[in-house]
Amino acid sequence: MADVRSIKKTLAVALGRSVSASGPADDMQIAVSAAELPVAVAALLPLHARHVMLLGMDLSASRRKGGPAVEEVMAIPGGPIVRLRAETTEYPSLTPLMPAAQWDEREARDLFGIVPTGHPDPRPLVHHEPAGAATLAGAATLAGATTPRFRPFVAHGEGVYQLPVGPIHAGVIEPGHFRFSAVGESVLHLDARLFYTHRGLESLVEGRTFDAALPIVERACGVCTVTHATAFCRAVERLTQTEVPARALLARVLLAEMERLYNHVSDLGNMCAGVGFNFGVSRLGWHKERLLRLNEGLTGHRYLTGVVAPGGLRAELDAAALAGLGAAVKEIDHEVRGVVRVLLRSESFMARLHGTGIVNTADALRLGALGVAARASGVAIDLRIDRPAEGYEGLDLPLISAATGDVAARFHVRAQEAAVSAGLIRDIAGRLPGGPVRVPLAREAHVGDSAIAGAEGPRGASWIWLMAAPHGTVRRLHLRSASFANWPVVAAAVPGNLVPDFPIINKSFELCYACTDR
Amino acid sequence: MPLDVVRRLLTPILNPVPTSRYPEAAPLLQPATHGLPELDSYRCNADGACVAVCPTGAIELTTADSGASAAKSKSNSKSKSAAETNAKPIWQLDAGKCIFCNACVAACPNDAIRAGSRVELASRDRGALVECAIPGRAPADAAAEHLRTLIAGRLGRSLHVRHLDAGSCNGCDWEIAALLNPYHDVQRLGIDFVASPRHADLLLVTGVMTRNLEEAARRTYDAMPEPRLVVAVGACAISGGVFAGSPVTGNGVGGTLPVDVFVPGCPPRPEAIIEGMLMALGGPRSGPLGRPSGDTQQGES
Repeated sequence: MADVRSIKKTLAVALGRSVSASGPADDMQIAVSAAELPVAVAALLPLHARHVMLLGMDLSASRRKGGPAVEEVMAIPGGPIVRLRAETTEYPSLTPLMPAAQWDEREARDLFGIVPTGHPDPRPLVHHEPAGAATLAGAATLAGATTPRFRPFVAHGEGVYQLPVGPIHAGVIEPGHFRFSAVGESVLHLDARLFYTHRGLESLVEGRTFDAALPIVERACGVCTVTHATAFCRAVERLTQTEVPARALLARVLLAEMERLYNHVSDLGNMCAGVGFNFGVSRLGWHKERLLRLNEGLTGHRYLTGVVAPGGLRAELDAAALAGLGAAVKEIDHEVRGVVRVLLRSESFMARLHGTGIVNTADALRLGALGVAARASGVAIDLRIDRPAEGYEGLDLPLISAATGDVAARFHVRAQEAAVSAGLIRDIAGRLPGGPVRVPLAREAHVGDSAIAGAEGPRGASWIWLMAAPHGTVRRLHLRSASFANWPVVAAAVPGNLVPDFPIINKSFELCYACTDR
Repeated sequence: MPLDVVRRLLTPILNPVPTSRYPEAAPLLQPATHGLPELDSYRCNADGACVAVCPTGAIELTTADSGASAAKSKSNSKSKSAAETNAKPIWQLDAGKCIFCNACVAACPNDAIRAGSRVELASRDRGALVECAIPGRAPADAAAEHLRTLIAGRLGRSLHVRHLDAGSCNGCDWEIAALLNPYHDVQRLGIDFVASPRHADLLLVTGVMTRNLEEAARRTYDAMPEPRLVVAVGACAISGGVFAGSPVTGNGVGGTLPVDVFVPGCPPRPEAIIEGMLMALGGPRSGPLGRPSGDTQQGES
């Protein structure tokens, strides 16, 4: 277990100078130079530090002195969050040390023109047109000419052909372009191009009040709204040192588990769709619909949007719906388990799942997989258990994992997590403490202060980095969703499999394009 | 008989058909459902609290004193002072911008706005979304039969739909996917989703129209055979929704594709999307479903 002192000591030895950290004890903020950044990261990696996010920012417009900067955020297991900020427009790329940072670095370059020198993949990520207009204030520095045009990485050789898929897909799915290099039916290489749904969310919330930013942040992804809203509100509450009332904390847990449950049930059904097994698609689609209806009864919204708010919840949950929730979830859980039992006994279905889309533990760690994708590959990572934040402290949650890392492993983990969530919902619905569901923010956030907060959603941990401007507004917000972290993992899981297995592999990860692209 | 066989024979009895009867029956709503906010004009004193709190600028208070602003008679002030002056404030709600967050409901000091239960709001005319009045519904008889003959007349009893995500948050897309679940099951109405725009009669577009998708969206539309229809689903597709004003988006799909029907909501409920598709086929302007007005199905989950 690394504590603040030992981390400082480690960094001081590596950098050859004394190191001071600002911020609270669980959130060490350390200023480094561009050249020191990879040295510091290399020193932290042996402490099992995990990459959380890397973000660019431009502080030249703020009142404090400053200019373009890049910040690497790492989480030490059992220890604090460490943030290394370097004010620079160019720094040695961290990707060779830590491949999990590969997309983060490309994004910071596209949006702020902060160049990671030596990055193995210098192609644009966010802007599809090379001389793309800036989406963020600081991006005026973006030198369009130095960014190479996007060309898909493809394999060459006798009998190798390319299969372009997307961005408009055959089903009701989000847009992304996949370029397969295949020999016969076997995939040699997959290059994924995303950010088709980039809406400029992070620049849009700048200058808005926290309350006005929330509806936008929630809609980064329409089906993880509780996760993103909770992460955002936790960041606001950290900045303003607000204590959320007990009833709201536990209600947020209840909502988060409802979100996990409907997403997991939906995805178990989608995996059946991926292999054309209509029995599962139909039954699980029906159970998902019932869960959405419970959501609506509880909050008025089928996808739980607009409920979580800074300081608690925006409104009380519907009392009648809450009273009936436990019994309704119990019945749905029972029936979902029945469907899963049938699926597990169906040999033709399971044959498609076993040994397909394998991600081994080393790759999952190296690429920074999160959520079900990590746990199904034997990586024990779950924010609810690693850093039991507000509401989750008292709950004795099992960490569900599997070792094989294939589609079947992700199926098992998801099915078991759905059952655990159902149990949690029944438990919490019966014992929500009384009291208010919302308190006003305790004080105004200090201008220039930043906070980071995460929430474990159905797809893994989503993190919000938030810096305050005067009068309770947003100076800079960065949202790193679990899907963003997991997309490179999908691309790594596909080679070696058959082209027709791609849908089931893709669905087993259940990634969202919208919260990746923002 | 082995137990397993008995169980399988019993399955259809134990699992009654869950499919919705929409559009013959009203959409199934929960008591807490957030529909489009409704104004009680009698209580409203036009203090503008709702305007200030609306995150998308969907609510406006104007003081147009002539008929120039197209008969937006949704409400006015009850206060005598306003009645005496010529400038009657007009409360306008643009359903195409509304994200159904109901912040205005909580903000109103006079309890003049309530969370409405209207979810069937599709319109062929973008301007008509602004007042969101629902004119009288069609008579109650044989509406579904009417629709079936309509589809039969136009498209040989089937409507083939292609979904196009033009930069949505995935919420509308999930509601579209829900159209295919056993409850909504749009195939019972002769509607089916197809894999290619070349097979599609109708393009169901969600999202703000991001710059990165403009070309793909145009080419998808171009690939469709004539006659073709476009339905814009959700606040983002109509006006940009919460993302309105972002420089990398088109503030809705209207600037890129010719839209036939607008379906408000964030996201619109599945029933509202069905209504919009049926309207695109030439159903009546509003309330195409011919139920007695005012009833909504509730509970039963």
